[in-house]
Order: sequence, then C-alpha cells, then structure tokens
Amino acid sequence: MDKKIVVYICTGCEIGESLDVDALAKVATSEYKVPLCKNHPMLCGKEGSSLINSDIENEGVNTVVIAACSPREKADVFTYDPTVISMERVNLREHVIWCHPANDEDTQMLAEDYMRMGIIKAQKMAPLEPYRSKDEFNKTILVVGGGITGMTSAIEAATAGYDVVLVEKAPELGGWMKKLWKQYPKSPPYLELQPTGIEEKIKEVMSLENIKVYTGAKIEKTAGSPGLFDVTISQNGNSETVKVGAIVEATGWQPYDATKLDSLGFGKYTNVVTGIMVEEMACKGKFARPSDGKEAKSYVFIQCAGSRDKDHLPYCSSYCCLTSLKQAKYIREKDADAKVYIIYKDIRTIAQHEIFYKKVQEDPGIFLTKGEITGISEDNEKNLVIDVDNTLLGENIQLKAEMVVLATGMVPAAGIKMKEILSQGTTEESCKEKKEEVELPPDTIIPSDTLNLAYRQGPEPPALRYGFPDSHYICFPYETRRTGIYTAGCVRQPMDSASCMDDATGAALKAIQCVELTDQGKALHPRAGDMSFPELYMSRCTQCKRCTEECPFGAYNEDEKGNPLPNPTRCRRCGICMGSCPERIISFKDYSVDIIGSMVKAVEVPDEDEEKPRVVAFLCENDAYPALDIVGQKHLTYNPYIRVIPLRCLGNINLVWLADALSKGIDGIILIGCKYGDDYQCHFIKGSELANTRMSKIKETLDRLSLESERIRILELSLDEYDKLPGIFDDFLEKIKEVGPNPYKGF
Amino acid sequence: MAETNVSGSILVIGGGISGLTTAVEAAEAGYKVILVEKEPFLGGRVARINKYYTKLCPPTCGLEINFKRIKKNPNIQCFTMAEVEAISGVEGDFEATIKINPRYVNENCTACGKCAEVCVTEIPNKLNYGIDKIKAAYIPHPLAFPMRYMIAPEIIGTDEAKKCLEACKYDAIDLDMKQETMTVKVGAVIVATGWDPYDATKIDNLGFGKCQNVITNVIMERLASPSGPTEGKIVRPSDGKEVKNIIFVQCAGSRDENHLPYCSSVCCLASLKQATYVREQYPDSKVTIFYIDVRAIGKFEGFYTKVAEDENVSLIKGKVAKVEEDPATGDVVVEVEDTMKGDKIKATADMVVLATGIVPQLPGINIALTCDEFGFIVSDSSKKGIYGAGCVKKPTGVAQSVQDATGAALKAIQSIVRR
Repeated sequence: MDKKIVVYICTGCEIGESLDVDALAKVATSEYKVPLCKNHPMLCGKEGSSLINSDIENEGVNTVVIAACSPREKADVFTYDPTVISMERVNLREHVIWCHPANDEDTQMLAEDYMRMGIIKAQKMAPLEPYRSKDEFNKTILVVGGGITGMTSAIEAATAGYDVVLVEKAPELGGWMKKLWKQYPKSPPYLELQPTGIEEKIKEVMSLENIKVYTGAKIEKTAGSPGLFDVTISQNGNSETVKVGAIVEATGWQPYDATKLDSLGFGKYTNVVTGIMVEEMACKGKFARPSDGKEAKSYVFIQCAGSRDKDHLPYCSSYCCLTSLKQAKYIREKDADAKVYIIYKDIRTIAQHEIFYKKVQEDPGIFLTKGEITGISEDNEKNLVIDVDNTLLGENIQLKAEMVVLATGMVPAAGIKMKEILSQGTTEESCKEKKEEVELPPDTIIPSDTLNLAYRQGPEPPALRYGFPDSHYICFPYETRRTGIYTAGCVRQPMDSASCMDDATGAALKAIQCVELTDQGKALHPRAGDMSFPELYMSRCTQCKRCTEECPFGAYNEDEKGNPLPNPTRCRRCGICMGSCPERIISFKDYSVDIIGSMVKAVEVPDEDEEKPRVVAFLCENDAYPALDIVGQKHLTYNPYIRVIPLRCLGNINLVWLADALSKGIDGIILIGCKYGDDYQCHFIKGSELANTRMSKIKETLDRLSLESERIRILELSLDEYDKLPGIFDDFLEKIKEVGPNPYKGF
Repeated sequence: MAETNVSGSILVIGGGISGLTTAVEAAEAGYKVILVEKEPFLGGRVARINKYYTKLCPPTCGLEINFKRIKKNPNIQCFTMAEVEAISGVEGDFEATIKINPRYVNENCTACGKCAEVCVTEIPNKLNYGIDKIKAAYIPHPLAFPMRYMIAPEIIGTDEAKKCLEACKYDAIDLDMKQETMTVKVGAVIVATGWDPYDATKIDNLGFGKCQNVITNVIMERLASPSGPTEGKIVRPSDGKEVKNIIFVQCAGSRDENHLPYCSSVCCLASLKQATYVREQYPDSKVTIFYIDVRAIGKFEGFYTKVAEDENVSLIKGKVAKVEEDPATGDVVVEVEDTMKGDKIKATADMVVLATGIVPQLPGINIALTCDEFGFIVSDSSKKGIYGAGCVKKPTGVAQSVQDATGAALKAIQSIVRR
C-alpha cells in the first residue's frame, strides 16, 4: 500500500512562540517532500484530534507524524490502529522548548533534526500484522506439580473456564501438604491448629471435568512455544504428546538434606530427627524415639538447621519457625507433661502469624530462646546434651533432651542439582576456601529434569540466586526468562502454603493472559499488546549464532547448520536480537536497524568551522527517556547539541549505527540504559548488559576509523535520577570539545 | 447523574500498586476494568517510596511500565479523585456508586504549567505527608498518571483561582466543577485500598510529635527521595543538619498488645534499606537498629546479611523504653534495654526513625467483607464476587502484594465467567 503521509505540528504549549514553525514545516515539505504539513494550536484538543482523524478517514492518510509533546503524553488522544496507521511522535515540547532557549538558532536546529528523524522513521514504518501461526493456537494450561501450589493453579484456571493438564510425578496428588498432620493457624483468631484441607483440594481437582490429571508421570519433552507447546508426558511406560498454550511450573521443594548437618548430630545420634519426621510421628499418633520407640518427654527444636547458614542454605526458609511452633503444640497437646525448648536465631512469624507465636509463648511447657548451638552429644541412654551460647537466659546453657528436632529448610525442586553445578571444575576445598555465599554463575540452567525444554538455550528456565528460577522483579514477580512459563510456589521462593496458594492463583492468571494474547498474535509483558515481531531475511544470515545466544528469553532455536529458527510467540519484542545481528537481517515492521540508522543519518551535521558539535544519545525508552521528559517538565536546561533516539531497550544497539553516526561526522555517541549486574533493572534482563559488552568491543571499529574511544560513552541511569541527566550531557559535550571535532565531517 | 453501563467488568477500588496490578493484569487477560483511586494520581504508597528493598531500585521504573500498560489498553477506565460510595447486588451483578471529587482541571489540560506560573498560594504537599508546601495549582507527582494539573480546593473562589483560569489557554480549568456521582454495573469488585502507617503519636514513649527529630519510616522515604521535600538529602527536620548518626526503632507499635498485636512484615527490611540510604549518602555515618527479631524472610536474608556486614551498622536486640529530646542540641536520646546482655543502654542520635507498621485501610462503605479483629480482609468462600488484594489482607511487601493482586484478578474473572 502506498504511503500517504501527513505531518502535524502542534503550536500549543508555546511551541509556536518558541520555534520557527514555518521553517520546521519546510523541513517536512521541502526536504522530505511530505505533501502536507498542518499546524494546529492545540492538536490534543477535540478539534485538533478530529483534524487528524478526518484526514485518516476521508483522505486516506495512513502515516502520521505528530510533532507536539512527548509520546508519553496524550496517548489516549493520539492512538491509532497500528495495523492500518503508522504513527510517530516528535517530542518538541519536553525535549526541545522546555529545556532550551526559545527562538534560538540551536533550539531551532534541534527541533528540525527531530522533525527529520520523525519523518524518516514514519516513512519507513509499515503497518503491523498480528502474528499468525499455520497451526491453531492452543489455550490449554499445563500445570507441572500436583502439590498445594499446582493443584491451586489447576483449580483456579479451570474455574475460569480453561482446560488444564496437571502432571504429578508421585503416584498421588497432594505433595508435602499431604504428609502434614495439621497446619498452623491461617484464619482468625489465629490461635488453633487447623486441618490441612488437602483432601478437599484433591477432591476438587478430581471433580473438575476440565482438569486432566496425570499422576506417576513425568515430562519427557517440552517443544514449541506459547500457544503451540507440544508436551510429551510419560506415564506407566507409555508416552503421550499433548498440546498446551502455557505452563505453570509448581514443582515445589525438597527438605535440605539433614545428613549434611552432622555438626547437629543428624545421622550420628539416633534421636536427632527432622521436622518432616515429626510430622510422620504426629500422623502415626506417637512421638516415638527412633532409638527405643519410647515416647519422648523432652525436646529441643533447633531452628535454621541449614538455613541462614553460608555453608548450607544462605537464605531463610520462611516456614520453619511457624512449623516448629506448630510441632511444639502437637507435642504439648498430646502430652501435658512434655517439655519443649526452641532455640532460634530470630523468630520470624510475620503478619498475623505473630498471634500464634504469642499463644505458644504463653504455654508453660514451651521455652523459647535465641541462641547459638555450640555442641551436641549423646549420653548412654541416647539422650542428647545440647550446648547453647549467647542465649537470653545467660551466656552458656546446657540442655538435655530425649529428642532433638532439626528444623531443616527448603531447597527448590528445580535447584536440587545446584551443588553439582557449583562443584563442577572446583574442588570441595577450593569452595570452602572462598568462604563466600554459594552463588551460581549467571544464566546457569540446572538440568532438573522438570520441563526438558527443547530450547536451544537449555532444558529448563535459567536459575537465579540460590537455584530458584524466580523472577528478579519486585514489581513484576511473575516474569521469567522463558515466555509463557510461570513458576509458582516454593520452586521459586521459600514460602508457606497460604502464600503458595496466592502465588498459584496469580501464576494461573498469567498463564491465561499468555494464551489469550498469543491467540491474538500479540506480545506479552512488558510490551503487552505489541503486534510487531521480528522477521529475518535468512538469505543474508551467516549463522554467527549471536541472536540465538543472546536472546534473554530463549526465543530462537537453531537448525543443524546453525540457522536461527525464530519462535515468535516466545518473543517479547525487545529487539535485542536486532542489535546483536552483524548482518542486520532482523527487523520489525515498525522498528529496524535501517529505521534507526536512517534516523541517525537524518541528523544534519554542521561544518567544523560552525563549532556546533553533534552528539547522538540512544536512550532506553522506559527509564532514561521518561527521565529526560521530567527534565523538561522541570525546565532544567542542557546542551542543545544532543539528538535523542529512544530505543525499546539499550540492548537494541547495533554497532552499525555507531559506525553510521561516526562516519557521518557525528562527534560523539552516548548510550544510557538501565542498571545491570546482580540487581539489574533492565526489563529485558540482559539488554543493558549486552549493550555494555558490545561497547567494550567497539574499539575495533573506532581504530578502523582512527577515532578516539572517548567519543562513545555508555552509562546506567534509573528513572528517578533525572536530575543527573543535564550534567551527564553537559559533561559529555565538554569531553567532546576536548577531543575535538570528528574528522569525518563533510565527507 | 451520569450512568455507565459496563456490566461484566471488574471494579477495582484503590490505585496503589495492588489495585493497579489487578486492573492491568485483568485487562491484559481481556476483561474490562474500572479503576477507582481517591488521590489525584495512581501509585499510592509505592509512589512515595524512594527505593524498593532489596534491589534498591526506584518504584517509578515499574510504575512507568504499568502506566504504559494502562495507556495502551482500552479495557481500563481510570478515575482518580474518586471514591466508591456504595455497592449493592450479588456476584456477577453489582451496582456501584462512584463519587468523583472536583479536580477543577479537565482532560483538556496539556500540563503546560501556565496555571502554576501565576499561582502563589502554597498548600501542604500531600505527596510528602505535608512536610513541605506546593503551589495550589500543581502536578501531584513528577510521574503523575494522569499527567494533569489540579487546583487545590483551598483557592477555589479566590481571585487567584481566577488568575489560573485566565492563564490557561486550553479551557482546561473549570472552577465550577462539582462533585459528580455515577453508577456502574460490574460483575466483581476488588478491594485494594491498602494501608495507613500506624499513628506514631499514639506510641507515647517513642517521642513522635514531641521530639522534632523523631520521624517515621514513611517520612524517611520522602526525605531520601529525589522528589521529596529535600530533593533526596537526608537532613533532620529541626535544623537541616546532615544525619550522621541515626537510630531505627523497630516494632514501633507492631507486635505490641497496646497497639498492633501483629507483625507488620515489612519494617525490618524497610529499616535495613533505609540504613543503606544513610550509609550511601554519608560514608562517615553510623546506624543503629534496635529490634526484637530481624524478620528478613526468605531470600531477603541475603540483603540483611549484606547490610549487617557493614561495620557502621549495628543491630542490637533490644526494646526501646524511652525516646527524649536534648533541648540544647535537638539530638534524640534513646533508652533501650539490651535483651541479650540484660543491661540498659542510653544512646544519642541526630535523628530517630520509628519503624511504624501497617494498618489496613478499608473503603469505609458497607459491603460484604469478612475481616479479622485487626481489620484485615479474610477470604470467605461464602462471599463471592468481592475480594481483597494486597495489604488489606495482610501486612506485606510490594512483590507479594503484586502476586496477590494478580491472583485477585483471576478471582474477579471467575466471578464474571460464572455469571
């Protein structure tokens, strides 16, 4: 379809008084041969917006350039169907007149450059088409794990009308909850132990017609992508492939291996048991000592057995404090003469659980103290003698007990093999010498035999800290690095059953969103609804594999020759692959290496003797760009030689843009992205980090052009550091002045 | 009375992080949502936080994404300065009355700022809990959504308001704007009205309101924030002195039979985080935290370990008995019983931060909700169609509120599906 483009300039908010609008219009009509450029004193008002709408409806206009305020403003007014209309906004207000002097030559030049950049972008954009697959998208939700979390996800999704496949590896549903005698109080008045309610849950799962349950089953292979997963389930020696649209991974946890806690006597002394063993005893109705089967009369619970311990689990396992309080209650309710000591580091009964803690404290048979266990030994009657230091009762105390209970922590099911990964290539000794927290190398994929993804980047979602395949985000806790696969419950964080159920419900919603948006051919979070997707011109592909390696979401598979095989429904539309490709073969209809490159080339570079340097600033559109809008809002001023180009993510940066800019005579390039590293803020996880890696390799390009490395600067900035931006720009321009003009000017 | 008929949609009461999340998540799953927020902007408590624990990233980053999600999604109708006055009906067929307070600025506003230029009267800045002042024609938050000015009711009827009106070129100011009421039909209701900090003046012995340099943790967030009253500089209220020696008093009201018997869940981590604000800003500063238990639950333990490793941060298990002001210096003197050693400590600091807790804030209307004795909403399977989300259910941090709010979106969707 032919492009019919119109440029609209808003002269409101003093744009008209601050700029030579006629000259600006001339850039459109003369330089870029745009047939029509219209001005309006208030484009966002009813009259202004209907001017545009009527051109679209009556004149067949399909490409619209709106030169007005920031694209972040008035989105409700300037929204058009992207399958028909290509629209680009030129930020004349926040980025031009609000932070640069009115009626000034440099301000005018800035506005004209932004106009050029906006027009060229709009000219090159094509209407979007939602992604359609040759196969029909499936909306079934697969839940892996039949414990409290998995069952809750299954029930919640099924109740909302979705078909669910539930796969549990054990012969029956229920998970750990089924092994518990009771649970600690979860409802008001938070004082009495409660039944676990797990049997009712199981019944509910079995009663829902749209849940298909596989027990004693495992997932052999997960191939495909959201909306199009082919999952091979094996059960009783048979295997079956089911089609699903999204996945909830709720594979839960394992207790920390108590045999590693020999310093606390487990395995050495018969009457040292774990909390799990106490549940078994409670279910049997007798707290029998393993040594003689006699019911114990005195107990010492040791909290944080393995947890909050850099040699074992550096994190807190969240559930153990309440569980020990609960088990103390089991014992006391059964035997009014029994005595229970609980030795803790901190009692962590958060929220309303504090009420239960207070109640337990009132029990005269239960003694609680902070303390450190310094020794444990056994007497000849197989009783345990425990030395405790730094207690609230005095410096050192010695306790005698007929049974010791270790409150062992939680290890995520997906992270069980983490230690093996860590020990690869290093000896046990060298690990100990380091005496550091147990840290996984970034991007580690622990082969936990859970999903067995047929993904080029590995068989499971990448693990984060401590082996939990958790989300890193506080504001978006369901974001994983495998699109359409949502972790829930203890597999992603230590939590109690109530939190598991909340978490499971949220994960079910995310899975539903995934199948619905995928079915519409749209992207998921954080670009939810985006209809662009990457298209590859394979004839130019050199099989360098950068795209397949760098995609943070594992969207690409590879054929045996190393050609990338895109899976658009795994794609989050971040554009990181576009930045990674040296051959520039990856493009979106509205965003490509050519489009951004053309914007760079659209910047007019004055001759050297004019002493007007030019700097291109690539900004992350989520943080640095809005930060610069706030700079405008606050009318802070900065150097007018900066030309800003927003990117979906700084990871889009393609080295060719830098080469284009420098060979055109642009004096400097500044890139501002989000914080990376352990506490990364990049919403595409790796984008900002990859941009930094690419920049570290730019030296080669600069050397080839005989240019100074100071001409390129890369920085991290978070949205609330807007006040630093003017200084950052001015400082960079100072540096550029020092380095001198780009010798390529005028070539 | 305006009437909107959008039966089959979800009403979300509260536009803080929980309500905002429920709204966007439900909308992205394909459902229509009406989001009602009483303040003039979205974000609630989170919009007043400087950084999140434990990543120390600014909430504005996630809010920006959420606002972008709203802008792109035609399924969400958003009302600020609005309150739900009444709800009647049953699951799948509720009728809600929404009261919208006058902003005196309509959708024509371009946020050009001309009204503020002519406005001189200043009013207490609610974003900063009234510590500083802001012009009576103002944008309530630098990242306000909607990005629209408002005129404070304080100047309505004055000549100054008329000047604002005259300064506006876009017919955006309407001084005759009246409170409006509208009714909506919805299939489900999510109550995400959040929390209030516990009123620290009620804790007699901790000196709040008596000592100038005793502040609360929510105020500390504003002091450290670039959009706060001191543009992020942590100085004490009495004389603007840099805070080099600071004491945090944990469980200020929480875990206390006389105040809040429950644990507020977030205060330990919030104080550890605020300790890093001070330590980062003043490398020669000293921080002391008096606590009962340090409740850095789950993976947050790693952050606690890291902060505790700083030799200028001391964590002492002890109950604060008394907080007093040294009238000569404005310094704060704290008396503490060291639980481990059994002795009394007297410590002096430039400023004291009370780690006050979370009090659930219900919408204050007559609706079918089951609450516990503390006022938190309890899930009740006999009452379908109205659900809580976030801190109205239990005191909890941002990530868990978001998880809960995402789940609440599904609960609401189920109510619609069941119709």
